[in-house]
Amino acid sequence: MRTLAAKVHVEKLSAWYGEKLAIQDIILDFEEHAVSGIIGPSGCGKSTLIRCINRMHETIPKARAEGKVLLDDKDIYELPAVSVRRRIGMVFQKPNPFPTMSIYENVAAGLRLNGERKREKLDAAVLESLKAAALWDEVKDSLDKSGAGLSGGQQQRLCIARALAVKPEVILMDEPCSALDPIATAKIEDLIFDLKKDYTVVIVTHNMQQAARVAETTAFMYLGKVIEVNRTRELFERPRESLTESYITGRFG
Amino acid sequence: MPLERPMHPFRISWGRGRVQFASTSGDLVFQSFSTIVALSVIGLLVLIVAILFVAAEASIQTFGVGFLTGSVWNPTAGVFGAAPFVYGMLVTSAVALLLGVPISMGIAIFLSELAPPWLRIPLTYVVELLAAVPSVIYGLWGIFVLGPVMRAQVEPAIQSVLGFLPLFQGNAIGRDMFTAGVILAVMIIPTISAVSREALVAVPTSQREAALSIGATGWETTRLAVLRYARAGIFGAVILGLGRAVGETMAVTMTIGNRNAISGSLFGQGQTIASLIANSWLEAIAGSLELSALIELGLVLMLVSLLINTFARLMVGRVLRIGEGEE
Amino acid sequence: MKFRFDRDTRRRWINLVMSIAALACVAIAILPLGSILFEATVRGSQAISWNFLTQPSGQGGIGNSIQGTLILISLTALIALPVGIITGIYLSEFGKNPIGGAVRFFVEVMTQIPSIVVGIFAYSLILELGVLGVVSNRLVFSTTTGVLALAPIMIPFVARTSEEALRLVPNSTREAALALGIPRYRTILRVVLPSCASALVTGGLLGIARVGGETAPLIMTAFLSPDWFGGLDQPIDALPLRIYRFAIGPSPTEHAAAWGASLILVLIMLGISIISRTVLRLRSVSR
Repeated sequence: MRTLAAKVHVEKLSAWYGEKLAIQDIILDFEEHAVSGIIGPSGCGKSTLIRCINRMHETIPKARAEGKVLLDDKDIYELPAVSVRRRIGMVFQKPNPFPTMSIYENVAAGLRLNGERKREKLDAAVLESLKAAALWDEVKDSLDKSGAGLSGGQQQRLCIARALAVKPEVILMDEPCSALDPIATAKIEDLIFDLKKDYTVVIVTHNMQQAARVAETTAFMYLGKVIEVNRTRELFERPRESLTESYITGRFG
Repeated sequence: MPLERPMHPFRISWGRGRVQFASTSGDLVFQSFSTIVALSVIGLLVLIVAILFVAAEASIQTFGVGFLTGSVWNPTAGVFGAAPFVYGMLVTSAVALLLGVPISMGIAIFLSELAPPWLRIPLTYVVELLAAVPSVIYGLWGIFVLGPVMRAQVEPAIQSVLGFLPLFQGNAIGRDMFTAGVILAVMIIPTISAVSREALVAVPTSQREAALSIGATGWETTRLAVLRYARAGIFGAVILGLGRAVGETMAVTMTIGNRNAISGSLFGQGQTIASLIANSWLEAIAGSLELSALIELGLVLMLVSLLINTFARLMVGRVLRIGEGEE
Repeated sequence: MKFRFDRDTRRRWINLVMSIAALACVAIAILPLGSILFEATVRGSQAISWNFLTQPSGQGGIGNSIQGTLILISLTALIALPVGIITGIYLSEFGKNPIGGAVRFFVEVMTQIPSIVVGIFAYSLILELGVLGVVSNRLVFSTTTGVLALAPIMIPFVARTSEEALRLVPNSTREAALALGIPRYRTILRVVLPSCASALVTGGLLGIARVGGETAPLIMTAFLSPDWFGGLDQPIDALPLRIYRFAIGPSPTEHAAAWGASLILVLIMLGISIISRTVLRLRSVSR
């Protein structure tokens, strides 16, 4: 196993919804410029985990987290949440473009928030992000149409473009394809493959085959704990834990 | 688990409303009775409109369309023009909206996005209490509490800064269109803030999360994701508030100064349609042209109010349907 | 990556300022409420005495005003509560068709008629009937006409709150009763209505509070009277209207009386509001 600098290091992270413990003492590394997958049955805490990484977890009432998440050796809980979220972007399960804004405005939203006003800079950024999200060719003539008029797969790529526009370092994906058809899913998986050149990608998925297709490293979670972490191939072909094996062979989940 | 449908000889379509055969004579009687009562409510409305038209007949025929544009209201001379009151209505409503809408939005945003859960319900309740105070008490407060404050402090202060504008000139005695507008603002705040809050709460969480995930602050999230999404509903709420302001009678008639003429300054005395009717009714002789003119004014007021409120309902309905469609 | 202008600090400041502004708006809105309650208490309590509450207005008290308001709202409720609730039942149980849609629309329209216009209607109706000889002309200023003015305000309000209350009852309750062979009308009367009784009561109470505070429609109908209630065909005093008369009168004694009467009225309004909330909460807690 190669040792690369871990872009994100999760150190004994636990998180609660009110009194209910959702994840416990998670220790994980996410490699830079690689795709890391997280799999596990419903309720195992994988969504909770990545929502802690970009500090979205705490936006839920009565939710809290303890532990450290290091981004390049700095604990994100000691940085302003707003800065963390700009550097660690997220794509959600159900595409959520802003329906009252055009495609252009959706992508430019993050930049405008950060004070960018110059038309040329915005145009360039929108172009670049839509290209990186493999959506440019499909929408380049209708940039001022509403974001809500696109198909599901296109909307999701729009959300990816929107996330990319603020130039994050890490992209978190929470089951990004579960609401999409197989063709749209394939397009996004291709996209993920391209993204890892410039970004660190963490993808949560309930679809093991998807993890096998896109992720270099995969972690298996069950009931709030990380059971096993390994290179994806190793995890699927030679699982060390019996629990992992049971899940992979479909005995539960 | 669906319950077994009873095996009745007559089909009962519960809640579908398309085919409803009664299963017993009791049902038939009950349904017919309640239908008649409900239809009689429509009949009541028709009666109201009809009576008003009949009673306003004389004035409608005498003045025609010029009723609304005539600027003289002189009972002794028999000349009745409604322009000053339309003007007063527009001015006081404008003041009410200018002051009331921002405050209502602040309240709606606070209650929907910022307030901790334990504070939400009590605060909502307190704001609703504003709506429970009768109009006449607002008027009383306007005469004896707000009015003096306006005269002694607020209006002079405004005049010292903005007195060069014709809008703020003249003798500021605290009983004028401005004061009436301020009280109206207070009275419509519960309406606008309650409906706006519903519109804000209806915005799906995924929209807020989308904004947060690109690094927006709380206010930016509200601005980008929530307010924009709910803007149709907010607009509807504002129009609903306008509808209420237009129909308010007592608080206005007690604080507006009751002068049947157009004044160019906010600090001038004026009159709205509703306040004129309240003010003049008992001096008008039964069956006279003046009374008929007052009734025609009532008709105008009702139509204006209806138009505004129908427009508002359309807007509010639209935003609630967007919310349903999204999820 | 750092953007050219790192506006993070500025954005955080704006966030803080806007949050404070929102809170300030709440405070600004509550201020008038507090002021009204304060002034009513301070100025009003000075005027209140046993005499004040029991003497008729001809002798400087508000006894007949309180009596008048109670009579007016009772008579109005007598008409408006049944009509409103039955209309609400129709809308909720039988009304999911075009006719029901029309009824709902017209009820909605009626709630938006300015109350002074409803007063004009009552006056004009009685006047027309007087002209036609059906009733006496003097009836124009009377308890009857006052009730005629208040009922069309209360009916659509109660219809709307009743429909909402009935809608709260889940369909499964109705289906369960039907499945036992209970005819529909009895299902509605014996099962559905009782299960939302507290919401219905709340709606009724709020409707009563609403018309209890109305002044404008009474200006041209009830007319005020210096004496106690004298009959359905006689003018009648009413608390809100009496407040108006005192307020625009010339003498400070009258002004003080206006505040006293306002305190009573506010207490009644708040009382009804609080009672109806408590009723609603008690029922849902006990369930």
